[in-house]
Amino acid sequence: MALTAKANDLTGRQLLVNALQNPVCLSELPLAKWDTLIRLARVSNLIGRLAEAIDTVKLTSHVPDKALPHLVSARLLANHQRQAIRWEVKHLGDALNSLDAPKVLLKGAAYAVQSLEAAGGRVFGDLDLLVPKTAIPAAEAALMLKGWGAEGVDSYDQRYYREWMHEIPPMVHRGRGTVVDLHHNILPLTARYCPTIELFFADAVPSSVPGFQVLSPVDMVIHSATHLFYESEMRNGLRDLFDLDALIRQFSRDRTEFWPLLAERTDAIGLNWPVFLALSCLRDILGAYVPEEFFQRIRVNANLGSMPEVFLTKLYYWAVWPKHPLIDNLPSRLSRFLVYIRGHYLRMPLRLLLPHLSRKALGRLYKSGSGSDHR
Amino acid sequence: MTFKCRSEFSSVAHSLHTLYTNHPFQLNPDFADFHVEISAPSNLRRWFRRQSEFVIDGEKPFEPLPLSQAPALLEWGLNWIIVASCHQWFTIHAASLERNGQAVIFPAPPGTGKSTLCAALAFRGWRLLSDELTLLDLETLEAKALARPINLKNASIDIIREFVPQAIWGPEVFDTTKGRVTHVAPPEESVVRMLEHAVPRWIIFPKYVAGAEPCLSPRDKSQTFIDLADNAFNYSALGEAGFDLVARLVDRCDCYDFVYSQLKDAIDVFDSLTG
Repeated sequence: MALTAKANDLTGRQLLVNALQNPVCLSELPLAKWDTLIRLARVSNLIGRLAEAIDTVKLTSHVPDKALPHLVSARLLANHQRQAIRWEVKHLGDALNSLDAPKVLLKGAAYAVQSLEAAGGRVFGDLDLLVPKTAIPAAEAALMLKGWGAEGVDSYDQRYYREWMHEIPPMVHRGRGTVVDLHHNILPLTARYCPTIELFFADAVPSSVPGFQVLSPVDMVIHSATHLFYESEMRNGLRDLFDLDALIRQFSRDRTEFWPLLAERTDAIGLNWPVFLALSCLRDILGAYVPEEFFQRIRVNANLGSMPEVFLTKLYYWAVWPKHPLIDNLPSRLSRFLVYIRGHYLRMPLRLLLPHLSRKALGRLYKSGSGSDHR
Repeated sequence: MTFKCRSEFSSVAHSLHTLYTNHPFQLNPDFADFHVEISAPSNLRRWFRRQSEFVIDGEKPFEPLPLSQAPALLEWGLNWIIVASCHQWFTIHAASLERNGQAVIFPAPPGTGKSTLCAALAFRGWRLLSDELTLLDLETLEAKALARPINLKNASIDIIREFVPQAIWGPEVFDTTKGRVTHVAPPEESVVRMLEHAVPRWIIFPKYVAGAEPCLSPRDKSQTFIDLADNAFNYSALGEAGFDLVARLVDRCDCYDFVYSQLKDAIDVFDSLTG
């Protein structure tokens, strides 16, 4: 993707990526293009990051009056969320004070407490915490004592989570309405290539919040990539890709041996293929720099085979985009559908998946049937 | 604010034309704050027991509603967008009106007669700023005017129909979770002057009580602080700025509870406020 192209001639996709990677190009952007940009950034959950990027290059004064309020609003919200998630981590720390087990903050919460660049302008959802499987009952009990509990989860879902998943059902706080996802692995136990979680615990590093750890920088990248490419719905695909980009940029700047470490660790954990796909998408979609040597090493280790390699990189190239009328097209729609199937296939063997999906479909049918009776 | 609205339903076009008759229209604006659509769902309900959906940027934040409620759905959808996306202002679930450059704010939960009182005042000497959402500037505290249609429910509809015979109405809808619902178009003057902001002067919690004499009683400021924060949509999202804003607002405003049963009496009381 040509990062130097004039902003006026860009398609919606290029405009959004360009604006985030190279916000200087926005100084001459016509108003009609701002309209497109704000809409696409908002629907991708990237408007906060856009506002941050524009602020970093000191271009806020060049933003047209009509577009500016949207960026101001997004920054206010992002700042609040970053503060709120730190506050929530504090509550979590109080609740789990006596739990004698490693507690590792994942994803957004980790980016926020470590003040990583990936947290800038980001919208945060649930708080993800990883503890060893043996500590789950104690952690769950401690959280329940402090007001967290599972809400609206029936016994089938309970069993689904507890037997097959890598997390227990989401726990909602009674007072604050905040949600904690308690994990004991980064992938479902039923997933293909489910990694040995002890490796992640072994390398975890202390966080800025006493009592909590975060994954080591390379593991954070591997986790983020794995998460993205195991998804069956890429609701935040592009946002997650930008997260990855921010993580890699910062870590490779801080540490020269980042790339060899990443290649080595990815192979040791056995998650070469999601990291390879992530690096491909970063190159192809965001125009990010990935050193050829390590790109090739991870590609060879992933050993996807030439046909699947081409197919999968193309598939995700189209699937990460948000579903927005301005940019949606047939390849994107088709790719989303295939990713949906692939995500399920990766997370569960068919003998478990088919009964599960049929049960969910029947459940939905029943629910919508009884819903219309109320009218 | 500019909204770009699309719909395949003539009822929506007709309602927009009726309720926003005095607002500026543009066919293809370069920039719209939000692009919204009221469309038919892509399932059987497109033809059978027809429904309408609110769509913004390809997303559908609500369950579909019966087709008859399509015009109202647009209004509720626009309210939702402002609440969900516009944190550049302090947003209160409140009605607000202006007179002589000074604004009165009615923060009140539904069912207190806030909209009824707001509609009556808007047609008797007060300028409507907003019926549902009061938007305050984070720095100056000035109230922005939305001058959008006023949402009325059940008996309020008949009261205002009688009280303001010349008012222009949107379609009336039955069988919603709220009962009987309609919108009344804002008075022309409030639309013409919608770019004029107003400084808040009074915070008044109205309450309709059958048979009551009109009574305006001073209200504790610290309690008003709490109630305002409760009725604000982005109080916590704005953090310290939100706290600071409510403190300044309560400081500068006279705060009252107001009980009434007759609109005529209520209007007299409000007239005496401005002296």
